[in-house]
Amino acid sequence: MSSSVSFDPRVLKTPQPVPGAPDNWKRFFSFNTDAKVIGIQYIATALFYLLVGGVLAMIMRGELITPAADLVDPSVYNGLYTMHGTVMLFLFLFPILNGFNNLLIPPMIGAPDMAFPRLNAAAFWLFPVFGVILMASFLVPGGPSGSGWWAYPPQSIQNPLGHFINGQFLWILAVALSGISSIMGAINFVTTIIRMRAPGMGWFRLPIFCWTAMAAQTIQLVGLPVLTAGAVLLLFDLSFGTSFYRPEGGGDPMLYQHFFWFYSHPAVYVMVLPVFGIFSELFPVYARKPLFGYKVVAIASFGITVLSLIVWVHHMFYSGTPQWMRNLFMVTTMLIAVPTGIKVFAWIATLWRGKLRLTTAMLFCLGGLVNFIFAGITGVMLATVPVDIHVGNTYFVVGHFHTVIFSTITFGIYAGIYHWFPKFTGRMTYEGLGKLHFGLTFVGAQLNFIPMHWAGLMGMPRRVASYDPEFAFANVLASLGAFLLGVAMIPFILNIVSSWARGPKAPPNPWQAIGLEWLLPSPPPAENFEDDVPTVISGPYGYGLGKPLVENEAHYVARALEA
Amino acid sequence: MTNLSAASAGPLRPRTLGLVAIALLLDGVASLRMADWSHQWLPLPASAAAPYVDDLFALETGIGTFIFLGCVSVIGWTLLFNRAPKYDMDDGDPIEGNLRLEITWTILPLVIVMLIAWHAIRVSDTLATLGGKVRVTGTAEAMALANSGAESSRSVAAGSFGPIEVIGRQWSWEFVYPNGVRSTELHLPLNLRSSFHLIATDVIHGFFIPAFRLKQDMIPGSVIDYSLIPTRVGRYRLRDSMFSGGYFSSNQTDVVVESEADFQHWLEQAARQPLKPGYNEARRLYEKRLAEGDRGWATVPPAPPPLVHVSTNPAAVHVS
Ligand code: HEM
Ligand SMILES: [Cu+2]
Ligand SMILES: [Cu+2]
Repeated sequence: MSSSVSFDPRVLKTPQPVPGAPDNWKRFFSFNTDAKVIGIQYIATALFYLLVGGVLAMIMRGELITPAADLVDPSVYNGLYTMHGTVMLFLFLFPILNGFNNLLIPPMIGAPDMAFPRLNAAAFWLFPVFGVILMASFLVPGGPSGSGWWAYPPQSIQNPLGHFINGQFLWILAVALSGISSIMGAINFVTTIIRMRAPGMGWFRLPIFCWTAMAAQTIQLVGLPVLTAGAVLLLFDLSFGTSFYRPEGGGDPMLYQHFFWFYSHPAVYVMVLPVFGIFSELFPVYARKPLFGYKVVAIASFGITVLSLIVWVHHMFYSGTPQWMRNLFMVTTMLIAVPTGIKVFAWIATLWRGKLRLTTAMLFCLGGLVNFIFAGITGVMLATVPVDIHVGNTYFVVGHFHTVIFSTITFGIYAGIYHWFPKFTGRMTYEGLGKLHFGLTFVGAQLNFIPMHWAGLMGMPRRVASYDPEFAFANVLASLGAFLLGVAMIPFILNIVSSWARGPKAPPNPWQAIGLEWLLPSPPPAENFEDDVPTVISGPYGYGLGKPLVENEAHYVARALEA
Repeated sequence: MTNLSAASAGPLRPRTLGLVAIALLLDGVASLRMADWSHQWLPLPASAAAPYVDDLFALETGIGTFIFLGCVSVIGWTLLFNRAPKYDMDDGDPIEGNLRLEITWTILPLVIVMLIAWHAIRVSDTLATLGGKVRVTGTAEAMALANSGAESSRSVAAGSFGPIEVIGRQWSWEFVYPNGVRSTELHLPLNLRSSFHLIATDVIHGFFIPAFRLKQDMIPGSVIDYSLIPTRVGRYRLRDSMFSGGYFSSNQTDVVVESEADFQHWLEQAARQPLKPGYNEARRLYEKRLAEGDRGWATVPPAPPPLVHVSTNPAAVHVS
C-alpha cells in the first residue's frame, strides 16, 4: 500500500529513511550521518555479533557438558572462549550501547542530531572494520588468540608459530581500533549532552539515561587511553621483541595487569551504567510513578564513575599484591555498593504502590533488577579478600559476571529494545512472543549461571576445557541452561523481524510515557524537532503529578499525531 | 487495592508494624539457615585458613540472603498487590522521594560493608599466608635465589617446615623439598606451617588448593614467599588457577597431607628412589594430538616432564 504513495524525488535522495519510501534499507549500508540511522546500524550489527558470540558459547557449553575435553582440542577451546568474551564485550555490548546512545540522546534532549555527525559515522564504520579483523583471526594459521580477553603476558606473547600476522596480533589490532572508535563516540556523546540540550533542560531536568551516558562516557575518556597504551606495549612485546612485560629483559608482567584493569574494571561500569539508565527510564513508565529520589539517583551515577576508577586491584588480589594494597582496594570496592545500593532501593521504591503494567519491557526490567541484586551480593563477596582468594579465578567469578553482564545488562538491553522499538521503527512488537522470549531467557539464565557459582565454590577454575568429575552435575545444569538461552533467541528474532516488516503501526506514545522523545512522531523525522524545539518546564518522570513536561505540550502531541 | 493503599498511607499502624516484624523475622530465620547451609557448598576444610574463610563466606551469605529476600519480597508484594488492572490507565501515587528513607539506605549499606571489610582485614592478618616477593630476571636466577637460603624470617621459624620450592611450568608441577627430594605431587606434614618459594618458569600460573581455600599466582620474574598450615590428613587437588595456555586444564596434581611421622618417612623413602620423568597429562594429550595429525589451533609444546623421585599417580582418588 505504501509503495503506491508517490514521493517527491528529492525526498528519495535524502540520506535518512523516509517511512514507506522504497529502498529505505539501502541507507543503512551507507556512510550516513544521521544519528538515528547510525543507532540502528550499531544495534543491528551488534545483534548479529550476539548471535556469533552465542554460537561460540553453545560450542563451549557442548564441550563442558562432559568432564573430558572430547568435543574440540583444548587449544581450540581456548580460542573459542577468548573469542566468545571478546565478541560479547567489544562487538556486542559496547556497540549496542552506543546504538542506544545514538538513538536516545538527541531526541531525549531535544537536539536534532549529534554534535559531530561525521565523527559519529566514522566511529560507527570502524566497528565493521574491527569486527571483520577479529573474525579474520579465525582464518589465520594457528587460529585466533587463545589467551583470554585479559591477554595476560607472558602467555599472550608466546606466539607459538612465530608468524608476524597471528591471532593475537589481529586481536590487539581489533581491540585498539575498538578503543579509538569508543573515544570518538565518547567525545560526541559528552559534547552533545553538554551543548545541545533543549531550552529549559537544566541538569536536574535531564533524563537519567543521559546522566548515566555522561557518567559512562567520562570513564571511556579517562580509561581508554590507559588501556590503549597497555595494548600498544603488548603489541611491541609480541611483534617487535621488546620486553616491557618480559622478565628476561627486565620487564614485569604485573605492569600489564595494572594497565589492563585500570580500564577494564571501569569498563564494566561503562556497560552497566546505561542499563541503570534504562531501568530508571522504564520503571517510572510501567509503574506510573515518578522515579524515587531522582536527584540522588542522578548524582549516584557520578559516584560510581569516581569509585570505579579506584578499585581495579580487586582483580589482582591473588597476583602477589601486598596485603596493605589488598586491604585498601577491598575498602574502595566495597564502597561501590553504596551508590549502587541507592539506585536499587530507588527502583524498588518506585515500584511501591505504583500501578504496574507488566509489558515485555517491564518484565525484562524486573528480571534484570532481581538478578542484579544477586550479582551485587556475590560482588561484595568477591571484594572480600579472604573469600576472593578462594573463589577468584574460579567459576564463581564466571557466574558473578554473567549474572551482571547477561542477566542484568543484556536484560536491560532487551527491555530497552522492546520499549523503544515502536518509537524508532514505527512498528509495535508482539507481546506474546516477547513474553515467551522473557520466560525462556529468565529460566535459561538462572539454570546457566547459578550452578556456576557452586562449581566455583567447590574449586573449579575458570577457562578450563576439561575438569574433574565432581563438577559434572553443575556443568550439565549450566549447559542445559545455555541451550535454553539459545532457544530463547528464536522468538526474539522472529518478533523483531516480523514486527519490523509487518507489525502494527505504532502511535507516537504507545506507553503513555513522559519524555521529549515521546512528543515526536514514530519514527521521528530526520531532525527530530527541527526548528520547533520545545521548552522544558519540569523535571522528567512527572507521572501522576499532572504537570506538563514542556510549554504548549498539546501542540507537540497534536503535531506528532498528524505526522 | 485502593483500600489497602489508602489504609497504609500515613503513619505506620500497629498492624502494619506487626506484619513487617513478622516478615523480618522470617527473613532472619531463612538467612541464618542459608548461612548454615553455605558450609556445604564448599569442599572439606583442610587448612588453618579454611574455617576463617568459610565463616566469612557464611556471614556474607547470611547478610546477602537477608538483603536479597527483603528486596525480592517487596518487589513480589508490588507484583501481587500493585498491578494495574487491565484498562486502568491511572497513575500510581506520585511519591517523589523520602529523605529519611534515602539517608537510611545510604548509611546502612555503608556500615555493613565497612564492618565486613574490617572483619576481613583481621582474618587476613591472622592467616598471614603471603610473604615477601623478590624480583628476578629469569628462571635461573629464581632457582639460585630460592636455593641460596636467603629465607624470610618466617620460613625458617621454629615449628615450621620448608621452604619447599614450587615450580610451575607449561604444564607440570614440580616440588623440591629441603632435603633435595623432588616430586610432582606435593606432600605436606599435618599441623605444621609449611613455607614455599613460588616460581613460574614460563608464564603465570596459579597455586590453588580448594580444600585449603588458598590461591596465589606464581609470576615469572618474581620469587614469592608463601606459607600455610594443613589441618586434615588426606589427598586433595592442587589446580593451576591462572590461565596458562594450551593444556592449562590438565595442569593439576595432588596434595597429600600426612602426619608428621608419615611425612618424614615418605621423605626418607623418596630420597632413595631413582629420578624418573613424572606423570604428565599435558604431554600425553599433546602426543595424542600429534599422532592424530596435529589438528587444532597453535599451542606451545609442553615442557619436558620434570625428573622426580616421586610421581603423581593419576588413578589416586582425592577427597576434594
Ligand atoms: C556491587 C557491585 C560489584 C562488586 C562489589 C563487584 C566486585 C567484583 C570483584 C571483586 C571482581 C573480581 C573477582 C576476581 O576476579 O577474583 C569482579 C569481577 C567481575 N565483575 Fe564485578 N562487582 C560488582 C558489580 C559488577 C558490575 C556492575 C559488573 C559489570 C557491569 C561486573 C562485572 C564483572 C566482571 C566482567 C568481572 C570479571 C572480570 C574477569 O575476571 O574477567 N561486576 N567483580
Ligand atoms: Cu560468556
Ligand atoms: Cu572489577
